Amino acid sequence: MATAVGVDRLRVVRGGREVVRGVTFDVARGSVTGLLGPSGCGKTTVMRAVVGAQEVASGRVTVLGLPAGDRGLRDRIGYSTQSPSVYADLTVAENLGYFASILHAPRGDVDRVLDEVGLKGNADQLVTTLSGGERSRASLAVALLGRPEVIVLDEPTVGLDPVLREELWLLFHRLADAGAALLVSSHVMDEAARCDRLLLMRDGAMLADDTPDALREQTGEQDLEQAFLALVRR
Amino acid sequence: MNSTRDLTANTLATAKRIITQLRHDHRTVALMVLLPSVLLVLLRYVFNSEQMFNRTAPALLGIFPFAVMFIVTSITTLRERLTATLERLMTMPIGKVDLLLGYALAFGLVAVVQVAVAATVALTWLGLSIRGSVWLLLVIAVLDALLGMALGLFASAFARTEFQAVQFMPAIVMPQVLLCGLFVPRDEMAAVLTWISDVLPLSYAVDALTQVTTSSEVDGTLVRNLLIIAGSALAALLLGAATLRRRTP
Repeated sequence: MATAVGVDRLRVVRGGREVVRGVTFDVARGSVTGLLGPSGCGKTTVMRAVVGAQEVASGRVTVLGLPAGDRGLRDRIGYSTQSPSVYADLTVAENLGYFASILHAPRGDVDRVLDEVGLKGNADQLVTTLSGGERSRASLAVALLGRPEVIVLDEPTVGLDPVLREELWLLFHRLADAGAALLVSSHVMDEAARCDRLLLMRDGAMLADDTPDALREQTGEQDLEQAFLALVRR
Repeated sequence: MNSTRDLTANTLATAKRIITQLRHDHRTVALMVLLPSVLLVLLRYVFNSEQMFNRTAPALLGIFPFAVMFIVTSITTLRERLTATLERLMTMPIGKVDLLLGYALAFGLVAVVQVAVAATVALTWLGLSIRGSVWLLLVIAVLDALLGMALGLFASAFARTEFQAVQFMPAIVMPQVLLCGLFVPRDEMAAVLTWISDVLPLSYAVDALTQVTTSSEVDGTLVRNLLIIAGSALAALLLGAATLRRRTP
């Protein structure tokens, strides 16, 4: 499988503290890679480095053959931040319309992404009147505009009920089947099993980089949460 | 890639987005459009003299939009920074200048409406009489509004919270109001204060507004003053652009 994102010995220092300590991994096209670990372990910082929003101390981040943050990547990468990054005083459709025009997304894309995240019925609702889960899906919808080749989603399923979570993971796999590379973070270990590949982070370092099955085999634990604990204790 | 077509398209899309945001907020629109006029009416009856009103009203036609735009823009931009919509936009194919020009266009339009309403009220109801061109008065007032907007944008980069952003209003706007010649003519102030007043852009705006009120002549001084206001607004806008970062620590 072709590599879409390559991260090589990435180090990030924030406020005098090394929050990402020499992290190396790849994200393949056509797959869902999960970035898991406790809150505060550096997941968001790594994702920000991939989309080119983070100042890095050293290391190399390559996206689609270009350095992260390159001008040529700006309409090929979809990014959704952890807190919903949509305008609260616009409707869902107005938000999507604005971002679609910045991205030169084709006509009809707004309707497509609304459908994909299940917000068709909320299109004309002001974001401020949405529930937390709806708001984060509106933010996710923006990241899907223009069918980006690389999709970086920071905790997209927080606060969603199990049915919606299931639907979103199915959507992520459909997008991957269509050729996109997805990097999805979560701090809930039960989502780990849904990923094609797992990256486990702790305290700014990469603890494991493998498939869920290989991790189970390696640790002798069926439950991925237990596998994670086994790795920590090593 | 980032052609002029993109620049205009992105700028127009951003201006449209900001106007739409305002359209959903009727109370803010009402405050922005009506407040300066209401304050002028108040002032007129506080003075209770057409002559006194005529002396101060032109300066206030410039100062009110300046202050209102400063505060509205600094809060809007700060909110954009805090809610991560800015971070998201900065990963997209939009230039910083496209974004800021979108702001300038949207708030510039609001300023035109605000100033037009205030000037109409002052000229028809409150008995303001001006010797120079009404259009020139409007142009100066709108330039003031744009200057306030640009300074607000710049100031928002130094605020971490909305409380701080609101405090920047008295910090940056009030000294300019005190020193612009509204209370005491600029050349009658202590030398140090005159120097300070000479480097503050609002002083030139008030000079220009006073000149339009008292004479119909468009001379070199007036043109120079207009260029200084426009130049300051542009400089503040470019400084504001420099505070927008694609990569943050």
